[in-house]
Amino acid sequence: MQLELFKMIDRISAVDLDARKLNASSTVPDESKVFEGHFPGHPLVPGVLMIETMAQASGILIMHTIDFEKIPFLAGVKEGKLRDFLGPRAEMDITAEIEHEGSGFAVTRAEIRSEGKRVANAQLTFTIRPFPTAELQKTIIREVAEMKKSG
Amino acid sequence: MRANSRRQLPEIEEAKNVSTFDKVADIISETSEIPRDEITMESHTIDDLGIDSLDFLDIVFAVDKEFGIKIPLETWTQEVNDGKASTEEYFVMKNLCGKIDELVSAKA
Repeated sequence: MQLELFKMIDRISAVDLDARKLNASSTVPDESKVFEGHFPGHPLVPGVLMIETMAQASGILIMHTIDFEKIPFLAGVKEGKLRDFLGPRAEMDITAEIEHEGSGFAVTRAEIRSEGKRVANAQLTFTIRPFPTAELQKTIIREVAEMKKSG
Repeated sequence: MRANSRRQLPEIEEAKNVSTFDKVADIISETSEIPRDEITMESHTIDDLGIDSLDFLDIVFAVDKEFGIKIPLETWTQEVNDGKASTEEYFVMKNLCGKIDELVSAKA
């Protein structure tokens, strides 16, 4: 996990296309530029990055359902709840499930657990668009493959 | 018997359409904070009601769930962009509700 690069997912342990569900995990780094400001002397993963983590897990799941032919962009956050703090070295277990597959959009429900306790959850809406470049598509496919190898 | 069925058909169709309109108008009002009484059969959801693309996604999500259908929004948008259809054809309330009824019938 590299907070300052928005690389939020370390490992993907399962993608169940029948259940439309993904399991992933990440370890919050010991040090990060982000912690210098959030907050000085009291490092915490920003809540927006917990939302981002759930969005990335959801996005990866959606891309699996469409064979990585298009890219989902986060368009809406509903019922977003940040229930607890996460600091350096915290382990995150992330799950994402597709609630609805529309035409050109999808809605997911995702959550983060740490030490068995739910720390964040949200309903997320994505608009699904063509990849802006073929290069980006290749990069994402390669990065997701690495996440699955690590899982 | 047959004459009776014929006589009743337009009433049934109308009732079904009104019900669809009411459900869709309720969804739009709740999703977009548009006063319910401003939404009529003739309202253009984009030009008259000013619904933007994100609110429209929320509306389509709610309509898909309510009616158990999948509105082909990508196809509609493509047809409008290609000049093959006017926005009125899909996005004026009475036409939108008609399309929803067609999708519900096709599903059955």
